[in-house]
Amino acid sequence: MKLSKMTALLAMSVAMPAMATELEVTHWWTSGGEAAAVAELAKAFDASGDKWVDGAIAGGGGVARPIMISRITGGDPMGATQFNHGQQALELVEAGLMLDLTDVAEANNWKEIIYPPSLLDACTVDGKIYCAPVNIHSPEWLWLNNKVYTDLGLPVPTNWNEFVATAPQVEAAGKIPLALGNQPWQSNLAFGAMQIAVAGLDAWKAVNIDKNMDVAAGPEYAKVFQAAADARKLAAKSTVQDWNQATNLVITGEAAGQIMGDWAQGEFQVAGKVAGTDYTCLPGLGLNEYISTGGDAFYFPKLNDPEKEAAQKRLAALLVSPEVQVAFNLKKGSLPIRGDIDLSAANDCMKKGLKILAGGNIVPSGDMNWSPDVQKQAEDLMVEFWKSDMAPEVAHQKWVEILKSGL
Amino acid sequence: MASTTEAATGRQGAEARPRARWTRNISAKIAAIPMIATALVVFVGGTIWTVVYSFTDSKLLPRLRWVGFDQYERLWSQNRWLISIENLMFYGVMSLVFTVTMGFILAVLMDQKIRFEDTFRTIMLYPFALSFIVTGLVWQWILNPQFGIQGVVRDMGWTSFSFDPLNNPQTVLYGLLIAGLWQGTGFVMCLMLAGLRGIDEDIWKAARVDGIPTWKTYVMVIIPMMRPVFITTLVIVASGIIRLYDLVVAMTSGGPGGNASQVPAMYVYDYMFQAQNLGQGFAASTMMLLSVLIVLIPWAYLEFGGKKHG
Amino acid sequence: MADLSMSSAMTGPRGARPKRALSPRNIMLYGILIVVCLYYLLPLYVMVMTSLKGMPEVRLGNIFAPPVEITFQPWVKAWSEACTGLNCDGLSRGFWNSVIITVPSVILSIAIASVNGYALINWKFKGSDIFFTILIFGSFIPYQIMLYPIVILLREMGLYGSLWGLVLVHSVFGMPILTLLFRNYFSSIPEELFKAARVDGAGFWGIYFRIMLPMSLPIFVVALILQVTGIWNDFLFGVVYTKPAYYPMTVQLNNIVNSVQGVKEYNVNMAATLLTGLVPLVVYFVSGKLFVRGIAAGAVKG
Repeated sequence: MKLSKMTALLAMSVAMPAMATELEVTHWWTSGGEAAAVAELAKAFDASGDKWVDGAIAGGGGVARPIMISRITGGDPMGATQFNHGQQALELVEAGLMLDLTDVAEANNWKEIIYPPSLLDACTVDGKIYCAPVNIHSPEWLWLNNKVYTDLGLPVPTNWNEFVATAPQVEAAGKIPLALGNQPWQSNLAFGAMQIAVAGLDAWKAVNIDKNMDVAAGPEYAKVFQAAADARKLAAKSTVQDWNQATNLVITGEAAGQIMGDWAQGEFQVAGKVAGTDYTCLPGLGLNEYISTGGDAFYFPKLNDPEKEAAQKRLAALLVSPEVQVAFNLKKGSLPIRGDIDLSAANDCMKKGLKILAGGNIVPSGDMNWSPDVQKQAEDLMVEFWKSDMAPEVAHQKWVEILKSGL
Repeated sequence: MASTTEAATGRQGAEARPRARWTRNISAKIAAIPMIATALVVFVGGTIWTVVYSFTDSKLLPRLRWVGFDQYERLWSQNRWLISIENLMFYGVMSLVFTVTMGFILAVLMDQKIRFEDTFRTIMLYPFALSFIVTGLVWQWILNPQFGIQGVVRDMGWTSFSFDPLNNPQTVLYGLLIAGLWQGTGFVMCLMLAGLRGIDEDIWKAARVDGIPTWKTYVMVIIPMMRPVFITTLVIVASGIIRLYDLVVAMTSGGPGGNASQVPAMYVYDYMFQAQNLGQGFAASTMMLLSVLIVLIPWAYLEFGGKKHG
Repeated sequence: MADLSMSSAMTGPRGARPKRALSPRNIMLYGILIVVCLYYLLPLYVMVMTSLKGMPEVRLGNIFAPPVEITFQPWVKAWSEACTGLNCDGLSRGFWNSVIITVPSVILSIAIASVNGYALINWKFKGSDIFFTILIFGSFIPYQIMLYPIVILLREMGLYGSLWGLVLVHSVFGMPILTLLFRNYFSSIPEELFKAARVDGAGFWGIYFRIMLPMSLPIFVVALILQVTGIWNDFLFGVVYTKPAYYPMTVQLNNIVNSVQGVKEYNVNMAATLLTGLVPLVVYFVSGKLFVRGIAAGAVKG
């Protein structure tokens, strides 16, 4: 009796060197594919001996972020939380509310393996690392319905210029050339995609990284605004709200194309469409094959509990590990944050993305370059510009003023 | 029933026994502590807090770094904010007028000893059980040009039929109204019905004896007597209008044309949480609160006005 | 509507008793009511029909057509299968939490507000009108603005993240309009009753419990409708001021309806919507009768 108790105790202490620690993780990944991806994270964390307590809140960052921030400032923080890396969580870090992960990063050699390095830079404040990046999403894609073009006897466009050139024929056939939802962020996304494609990489970098306002006000960007003004005419008949309704217009052939992020391919897949035959994806709008590398990261609020802190660090290390990266990103349809892993199971469009990533044709995302305030103002301007007949020159001038306010 | 205030001051006299000032009405004062605490700490305290921080450059977290009137200057230079206010005024007036008249007329109709009153009332009231998010979702769908009313009518053969309020900047606010009225008039009707039935039978008898036509009795006698009900209704409807947010998000996201259905609460929310610019959000909310005050102070003065107060 | 000023001795509806079923007046009256009801019922019809269709049929378009093939799968999914992140147990997960939140919040907020209204009318004290005016002002404040100040307040009170913190928040935000309702209602109760009770020596609470409460059924029902709806449908306070263990049903509803990425399952959305609205609907249905009966009892005078 006594002996068996002893062995049991002994066995327990051997099997679980550290007690299983519960960590509540909040995020806004709630759609089918997203949840499946999160499940991979939870599975891995549970398998390592800890317990993932899921706290999902739908509605995207706009709904979920105030809740997360309230929890953290209210003194009842979660164990880990998703943010888009960049400037969103900066103040929480500065207020000393977030856990310093520098030792985890050093122990796991994050500086070497995380690719592109800009991802880790976005997690770094005053030389210390405060977040674990988990994936890369790029918004600069043009999605086309092949059948719309073959029905008209046209070749499927291979870049934005061809797309615009064939638009009148598409329109004459009673189709909407460009699908665009009414939500403000979609107009902004479309403009962002056109920035790199039309203005070119050098001008883009000068404006978004070096913050050169002369270039922003200059002729390259005037071209972008002119192109956007042309594009908005193509989207004039598009009267849907949500991005996936717009994608659906392309899937059903009511619209020819849509500018949307890499997450749109999930919609095509669900509808049973095959990349290359049914639809075409053109990263960087087919003009400049660059993609920006925004994405999601996890932050870990300070809990003042050494046991939980250890678990938080275990989770941080786990999120970046190769196995978790493969499993998570295949389900999520996003690109991994390290270049040293094998993603042969990826589909065509994802492989295009991987190739661009491997080739180094990448730029940091808006979340990293500009404060949420500047981005929101730009978004307000863009939706007004895209959905009304504001002159491109006027929009251009206002846009430069907004950027200047964020310097 | 005469005006509320008269009745109330009349009752003050009931407190007869002379007592020390403090202990006078002591139970009532104790019972009112939650109200006083809420009024002072939450509403006054929260408002002052908001106003104070509207003069700072707080971003994600409230911080006392003063920037003077910068936030207000920026606010009033924003096209989006100006349009938001215009939209709210238009929507507010329309919504107020329609909700109150529809609510009252429906209540009068319901008050005609009709059969199936329970059924009618339940039908008119049920939308109130649904949140604005859901209301917006459903109506957005019904008004969808392809699948909704327009599509169905066109499928029936009237191909030139056009009913697409949500995608035209000129009509989008009417589209919101259709949904907003659907959700809210039932409850107003119930309030009005309660008010109508609270009116003494003798009034009707007297009106009949005097030979006053029914409609005139309603307008000249009944409505003035229902003043408290109308005030309640106005406060409920108006406060809902000022806070209008979910419905717009669900139906139009502020569009079409970018700004055609923007409202101030949306500006506040977007800038506080999406743009992470608390200062700007607080400045916008301060302006909203200020406009409420401008309306409320004259009302409070009329309601509790100086002369009757001891 | 010419002859509707007829009145009878009984209280209750005030119009003329219908004489003939098909009088022009009746045709007009019921005609208007039926047309109005169609406007109210249309969305419900669309919701129910959609919730009984499979997704392929929903995609086909006509939202007014009845389902060709009736399926209850969306309802099952909404109730017990839809996923919120990793927890795939649908709306059922939050149902009891919603009950646990709604019941104390409704009771406390109505209790406080009815006492407020009573004190404001019958036991005025210096400054009571000022506090009332502030409350009315408070009803116009958008909730979002108060989010952070209340986080700070609850943190200082040590109630942040607890159920009672949330109950308190609901009571605070329900207070303005409920107090207004009760105040106006109590002001219509004849003051002779109050005076007589005072002469008999009844105090503050005595009069409240023995005279005011029994006469106030209709207004309690209105308050109940208002609060049950508001609190049951609340999403923002529920997630901001509590922890996941207490998340109400609307969090799951939001997760189902508001999913930003992925395919929108309209049929499940509609089923989830109807399921979530069921409790307020039942309350309306049951209390609607009380509402009328309370008035028919002749308690109210102008």
